[in-house]
Amino acid sequence: MSTDRYNMDRNKPILLQGNEAVALGALDAGLGFFGGYPITPSSEIAEILSNEMPKRGRKFIQMEDELASMASIIGASLVGKKAMTATSGPGFSLMQENIGFGMMTEVPCVVVNVQRGGPSTGLPTSPAQGDMMQARWGTHGDHPSITLYPDSVLECYELAIRAFNLAEKYRTPVFLLLDELIGHMREAVKLPPKDELKIINRVNPNVPPEWYKHFKNNPKYISPLASYGQGYRFHVTGLTHDEKGFPTNKQTEIQAKMDKLLKKITDNLDDLIQVEAFHMDDAEVAIFAAGVVARSAKEAVLRSRKKGKKVGLIRPLTIWPFPDKEVERMLESTKATIIAEMNQGQLINEVLRVTKYQKHAKYIELQRYDGSLITPEDILEKINEVL
Amino acid sequence: MKKIPQKVIHRYLRHDKKFPHVWCPGCGIGTILGDFLRAVYNIGIPKDEIVMVSGIGCSGRMPVYVDFNTLHTTHGRAIAFATGIKFSEPRLKVVVISGDGDAAAIGGNHLIHAARRNIDLTIIIINNSIYGMTGGQASPTTPLGDYATTAPFGSIEPEFDLCKLAESAGASFVARTTAYHTMEARQIFEAALNKKGCAVVETIAQCPVSYGKMNQQSSAIEMLKWQKENTVSIKSFDKLSPEKRQDKIVRGIIVDKDREEFTARYENLIKRLQKNESSKEKSKQQAGENQKKSKSKSKKEEKK
Repeated sequence: MSTDRYNMDRNKPILLQGNEAVALGALDAGLGFFGGYPITPSSEIAEILSNEMPKRGRKFIQMEDELASMASIIGASLVGKKAMTATSGPGFSLMQENIGFGMMTEVPCVVVNVQRGGPSTGLPTSPAQGDMMQARWGTHGDHPSITLYPDSVLECYELAIRAFNLAEKYRTPVFLLLDELIGHMREAVKLPPKDELKIINRVNPNVPPEWYKHFKNNPKYISPLASYGQGYRFHVTGLTHDEKGFPTNKQTEIQAKMDKLLKKITDNLDDLIQVEAFHMDDAEVAIFAAGVVARSAKEAVLRSRKKGKKVGLIRPLTIWPFPDKEVERMLESTKATIIAEMNQGQLINEVLRVTKYQKHAKYIELQRYDGSLITPEDILEKINEVL
Repeated sequence: MKKIPQKVIHRYLRHDKKFPHVWCPGCGIGTILGDFLRAVYNIGIPKDEIVMVSGIGCSGRMPVYVDFNTLHTTHGRAIAFATGIKFSEPRLKVVVISGDGDAAAIGGNHLIHAARRNIDLTIIIINNSIYGMTGGQASPTTPLGDYATTAPFGSIEPEFDLCKLAESAGASFVARTTAYHTMEARQIFEAALNKKGCAVVETIAQCPVSYGKMNQQSSAIEMLKWQKENTVSIKSFDKLSPEKRQDKIVRGIIVDKDREEFTARYENLIKRLQKNESSKEKSKQQAGENQKKSKSKSKKEEKK
């Protein structure tokens, strides 16, 4: 693979793999530092970046393990680089402590998790959607999560850029969750021209160093971030801290910090949440599915529509924060909802939570955790049960 | 040598951080911090260019008090965070402060890999042979037979020699000193800060509260005397008879060699690749121009 391949004419489609599209999206978003550790099925991302980054004068390093990978990207981000790592379930587990550190210290970075079957070593080369909750609650303590979930190669590219934009804007680690099948799938895609991309960079402080508060609480809960070496000489710690970053045990300061972490996300749900509604306007039966399962679901919707059955699909592109309002509204008038996921039931609990007052409807689970994809036929079978 | 003014360390302490510090009476960490700050003053490194990174434990609390760019990370991972910082911004002077639990137990992997890469970090390991902050549990440097709250019958595990570990992993500078030998410590810190490459300094410190009380050394003075009597400088060590060497811990600069540093190696890679790319571009452009020329020639010929 050479740089030439990625300096393509953007007016023509190019054959790309999902993992490749993530790497390209990250490069176009301004990725300045990648620290990673090999793991199937995400390794292509590291391989491509090891080739592309030094040519562009950017930093690539293969760290000694996933704990170090996560630590290194936080370090890089603190000197002003857009930083990323890529891994799969087992590595994502190893990163969790430092992910919590990134959240607590409000350091922008992106963590890609190309999911495989679990628990433990599980199924390295087979698809599963078992890390939905690891992306939500993987690290200890209360914390919000921003997790994006693409269903196509083009969307891998787009959401990789969006992941960086959200990380920089909200000063937090952002997760990009891929299915193994999306990461390894090849599609012909036409990437948008570079000058049409919307790229967000973190806000730097505009006050003199003696006034700078690294975690200043303001009505928007998002504080400007200086870089080490710029003259601000601030302190960063994973201990609960005050606005200047110094450890605190004061109840008021602890509460303020915890509220800041939560509210910078919950006050901006409209900006964070993206949901695709596919044939939902008149749907009597809805399918709720994310990622690669949504591709099967789309096929099932189209086949059902041909037979005159009013079926639609709700596909969250943002799985965390969960699109409570959107899902609740879309399911107001449906008779039944099929929740299809490649796990033993993770997002279904969220759907049931937000629709708990809609007692008129049926909620049907469709779960597969045998290392293979939920097919359109699997979904059609469930549709036939209710329509 | 530059004369160090009195109270020079006050210039490097944070005035907006509420003291007192967390360290117990008699602790060796404060002395080592003082030695380090005097070394920084002597070399004259600007505060803005120093990043001090630490992990968890008593030593991990050091960065909060000093007026540098400071980062207090997770247990054992200070070197990994520091690698991200140094690699991203090689102009910064990145110093890692670590305890024996941090560097030799939970973070041992990062220590050997930093040494293997020979990345330009100054790694100061404050070795008090115990987990002090959590109340005195055994660490990988608790001497065989010594007591700890998790070694109530005496430790049955042999201890690490951190200098040998760092040396064999490839660090280009390895030294050992103690909290007692303050002049030597300052000089070693200066040499380590000036070294371009991975510099590991093991600093033996006393912990009278957690380690001493369980090992019949309950006063700091007694423990400092132990450091004086049981260590020997590397020069004198070579002169000792083999029997006398056995009980002594070697102090001083043990390794100081030149090895290509990691960030410099990467910068060279960037230069090499970008040269290749630009020469490719040029040859492409030339090829394009030649084509144009030949086309225009053929057009001219057609006109003729």
